[in-house]
Amino acid sequence: MKRTFDIVLLLTGGLVAWELLHLAVPFALTSPAGTAAKAWSMLTSAQFWPHAAETGKAFVYALLLAILGGLAIGLGLGLNRTGAEVAEPILVSIYSLPKVTLYPLILLIFGLGLPAKIAFGTIHGIIPIAIFAMNAVRNLANVHFKTARVLRLSRRQTLLTVVIPGALPEIVSGLRIGFSLTLLGVLIGEMFASQRGLGFLIMNAIGLHDVPTIMATILLLAVVAVSASAILLWLDHRLHHRVA
Amino acid sequence: MTRIGFLRLFFVAGFILAVEALCRTGAISPRVLIAPSDMAVRLAWLLASGKANADIAETLGNVAIALVLSVSGGFAIGAAIHAFPRLRRAIDPFLASYYALPFFAFYPLFIVLFGLGRGAIIAIGFLFGVVAMIIATLNGFDRIPPVLVRTAAIYHMGPAAAALRIKLPSAIPYLFTGVKLAIAYSFIGVIAAEFIMASSGLGYSISYAFNNFDNGTMYALMLFVIVLVTVVNALFYSYERRLMRRWGR
Repeated sequence: MKRTFDIVLLLTGGLVAWELLHLAVPFALTSPAGTAAKAWSMLTSAQFWPHAAETGKAFVYALLLAILGGLAIGLGLGLNRTGAEVAEPILVSIYSLPKVTLYPLILLIFGLGLPAKIAFGTIHGIIPIAIFAMNAVRNLANVHFKTARVLRLSRRQTLLTVVIPGALPEIVSGLRIGFSLTLLGVLIGEMFASQRGLGFLIMNAIGLHDVPTIMATILLLAVVAVSASAILLWLDHRLHHRVA
Repeated sequence: MTRIGFLRLFFVAGFILAVEALCRTGAISPRVLIAPSDMAVRLAWLLASGKANADIAETLGNVAIALVLSVSGGFAIGAAIHAFPRLRRAIDPFLASYYALPFFAFYPLFIVLFGLGRGAIIAIGFLFGVVAMIIATLNGFDRIPPVLVRTAAIYHMGPAAAALRIKLPSAIPYLFTGVKLAIAYSFIGVIAAEFIMASSGLGYSISYAFNNFDNGTMYALMLFVIVLVTVVNALFYSYERRLMRRWGR
């Protein structure tokens, strides 16, 4: 209860700072009320939804591919000690590469359009999910694997009833980071060389110096991203506490 | 070399050779990807001719400034937030979802605040790196043994002295994680910002080459960025290891 109050207090402080910044540089920044009004008029306009749907579609596909691919890589390597040791520094250095530099390669492979955005979102999200899943499996207590052997579980049963449940809290932590980065990847993909989607809407507004549209689009994206992230964070805490 | 190191080298070299073979046999068209050996030759030529030097210097300078600002700023902000547990609990969910925001969209605002040019790009690199450092500082401070905090209180250290002389050394492994992330994120922020909306720098040169179908220059510069980031990471990693060994951790 006290925490909810503190969060509201913090949000109010943020809004006041935003309003003050708006008063200082009015032409660079729309006021909070102005942004909310613009966001509402965008939500009720017909032009907004095709862009939102395009971004949503690219994001959902990219996230699904990142989760499936990341779990396959992470669980596969985690179960193989040598494989994990060989792959870890490679995965970490891929994780820290500025992936924007690879975007031209993806555009040349997939051409302009939805597949390129999906691929670009996926390469952002897949690595953190894989790293977290791999380390979670490596850190599982050996006694779990011994029990699985004693009970003569098949490989499939071991994976489904021992490995995945045991590694679940860490997998959710990885998903949370993967979620954020996949969204970022899809949006950057749309900001460069795209004709549709929310990223394009922002780029177009930057070109026209249409500040209210930029701010309103960011506000809507922020609300979606922060709420999704809060749900995953809550799940993350719950799972970690259940185990501990 | 250890067996693991050998296997790693084997896989990376095998991957590069496979790409090389696919390009040489024409299975991958040169309009999509040029052979890795060609990239290296083009890069050597580009570096020798000095054409890319100004862009490289500019990007590295931007990354360095953004990195220094985000590491020192992130540590200071993290230490300050940690001193107020109520603020910290309230701010946690915002920090955790921070990286889902598209900062590049704030570029017009930064141009007004910092002027056209480097300032706005450095600001984006800083915004990208600083939160990783704040989160790492908070994590590290959480794990400081209480006895050290009490020792600081016994010696009547002020908050700043305690943060620098007790908490900083004690939390150093977590801070290193933060610095590593800040390195990665300032590179990503600066290069992505240049890519999308600058008129000079490495990111801009890559996107300019892309728009002009100049695959040779584009892949040479991409190779340069990839090698540079990997080398910086590897150097920092080995420095961290040496330091940890000397401190017996």
